[in-house]
Amino acid sequence: MKRILIIGATSAIATACARRWAAHEATFFLVGRNAEKLGQVADDLAARGATVYTHVLDLNHFDQHAATLDACYAALGQVDVALVAHGTLPDQKACEQDAQLAVQEFTNNGLSVIALLTDLANRMEARRSGCIAVISSVAGDRGRPSNYLYGAAKGAVTDFCSGLRGRLFKAGVQVLTIKPGFVDTPMTQGLPLPGLLLATPDKVAKDIVHAVEKRRDTLYTPWFWRLIMLIIIHIPGLIFKRLGL
Amino acid sequence: MSDNLYSWGRYPPHPQTAIPCHWRADIRQALADRVSRHGTLLPFGNGRSYGDSCLAASDQVLYMRPLDRFIAANWETGLIRAEAGVTLDEVLAVAIPKGWFLPVTPGTRFITLGGALANDVHGKNHHIKGTFGRHVPRFGLVRSDRDPLVCSTTENPEFYAATIGGLGLTGIIDWVELQLAPIRSSLIDATNVRFGSLDEFFAISAELDPSHEFTVSWIDCLARGKSAGRGIYMAGNHAEEGPLAYEDNAKLNVPFTPPFSAINQLSLRLFNNTYYRAHRAGRHNSRIGYEPFFYPLDRILNWNRIYGPRGFQQYQCAIPDANAAAATKALLDAIAAAHSGSFLAVLKRFGDVASPGLLSFPLPGATLALDFPQRGKITANLFARLDAIVREAGGRQYPAKDAHMSGADFRGAYPAFEQMITLSDPVISSRFWRRVTT
Repeated sequence: MKRILIIGATSAIATACARRWAAHEATFFLVGRNAEKLGQVADDLAARGATVYTHVLDLNHFDQHAATLDACYAALGQVDVALVAHGTLPDQKACEQDAQLAVQEFTNNGLSVIALLTDLANRMEARRSGCIAVISSVAGDRGRPSNYLYGAAKGAVTDFCSGLRGRLFKAGVQVLTIKPGFVDTPMTQGLPLPGLLLATPDKVAKDIVHAVEKRRDTLYTPWFWRLIMLIIIHIPGLIFKRLGL
Repeated sequence: MSDNLYSWGRYPPHPQTAIPCHWRADIRQALADRVSRHGTLLPFGNGRSYGDSCLAASDQVLYMRPLDRFIAANWETGLIRAEAGVTLDEVLAVAIPKGWFLPVTPGTRFITLGGALANDVHGKNHHIKGTFGRHVPRFGLVRSDRDPLVCSTTENPEFYAATIGGLGLTGIIDWVELQLAPIRSSLIDATNVRFGSLDEFFAISAELDPSHEFTVSWIDCLARGKSAGRGIYMAGNHAEEGPLAYEDNAKLNVPFTPPFSAINQLSLRLFNNTYYRAHRAGRHNSRIGYEPFFYPLDRILNWNRIYGPRGFQQYQCAIPDANAAAATKALLDAIAAAHSGSFLAVLKRFGDVASPGLLSFPLPGATLALDFPQRGKITANLFARLDAIVREAGGRQYPAKDAHMSGADFRGAYPAFEQMITLSDPVISSRFWRRVTT
């Protein structure tokens, strides 16, 4: 029986992961902003046979992270997998005109993750087991003009996790950085994404569950994004700045 | 997000713009939005209705498939409650390991609970269990003109009856309660019987239907003369022992629509002959998985594309018992004479279990279903001949499969349509409904 903490539990990718874990008996501690949606996700997992606890929290309230994690450990006793999946998709153009909005979006997608992981990492390190799986993004591999605010926040998360991985490795704790490409979710609804590259949340979830099982460090999902990003990060800066990607 | 949805037959070819519904709260918002814009929409599940009953009059549909959560489940009693966009396949994945199966299932598991209820679908066990709606004690209905309703035989009974088989017109079904059927194994004890004529079919059906929960027949609709009416009768029961295993076998896919239909005179004759001869004469028993038994076509994803860009129509009718044999023979003769027909011609006897829905399709008698490549006038002429036979025999067509029936035929065969007009939601309308009521 796996004991699983999910932050941002109403996100489509998190839900799809949870359903896969629920198929093999699991206890969940779900954290999300919206109580009604969180309740609907919890009901779904409970009907599938899981034991579910919920906790309403806006992750931007850093001062409440410790109390949330206390409640989680009180409910689960131990955390085998912590999936950090919360986030928003900023409007890049708006962020270019509004510093406050830019900082807010950076907080949503970057700082809140770093704040949470700082506390969580210490608890996992002390217990010397488990997995911290963090949904970053291919967008964090190299800043592009079309969404560099999101990219910068995810890049910070990726780098933070890289360092954390090296530290927690000694304690036997896995840190998995997940880099999805384009996923067909409510978050990306309305974006003109290329259909051929668009993956379903369940396909991404299947890869995530597998990567947790295999104790991987970094996951590109679907797999071909590893190749795409390999090319993108090697394009010389002189050319890259002219591509307008 | 794919926003070009089509009906399963891809005819009539009206692409639908999807308004995705991710949370139950989105429904009220979408309806309120229509009210304020004086527009209409139609709920759309997984797009397995063949004709235009799933196409909105406005070509804007409330896409319900993302609403795919379970709400509650009692695995002691098998009573589940789930959002309307959950598919039968998703129910099977969760329910089978716990010893439960769908009480009624059509020939595809890729339909939503909301769609199953709105079309009051039937399956191979109609003669024992009746329609899908009989196993839905309660459901939720969200309307544009009042607060959300819970519907059952005792709560809002008029909306309960009108919504079962109500083609999505009475409101948006947001959740469905379903009483599952207990099973000991997910395997099926199947019996195949080859028959040489329609008379033989009706004799075998009378003999074996009572002792088999699931029965259906495949008919060689191209055979003429001595071989006319030949086919395979397939019966089955849930096995008493064996594994409880969800089956999701490797699938074939038709990845794109070929520029022309792969279904023609030659390929059909070849298939029908081969399929008939692949079954040995006499009776044969086997124990097989539920997937090949119930869902042989689901193995080929997007099989509807083989009909090419013009699409296809399914013709499904029900004929009352008294005229079943004669009318079925007349229908098959007309189809064979037109040198048209399908590799999927299905014949089954419905039972007399009454359906709770106002506009439910099944009636005590026989039902025949065939697919025809869409060929303009040729198809229209054939369908006109078939319609005349069905009308004469006191039968009716199935709205979920339909893209052609006349308003007069619909209103004659479904006299409860007048009640439906008063109970339908003011901001919901379909191309089918507009066609048959005006």
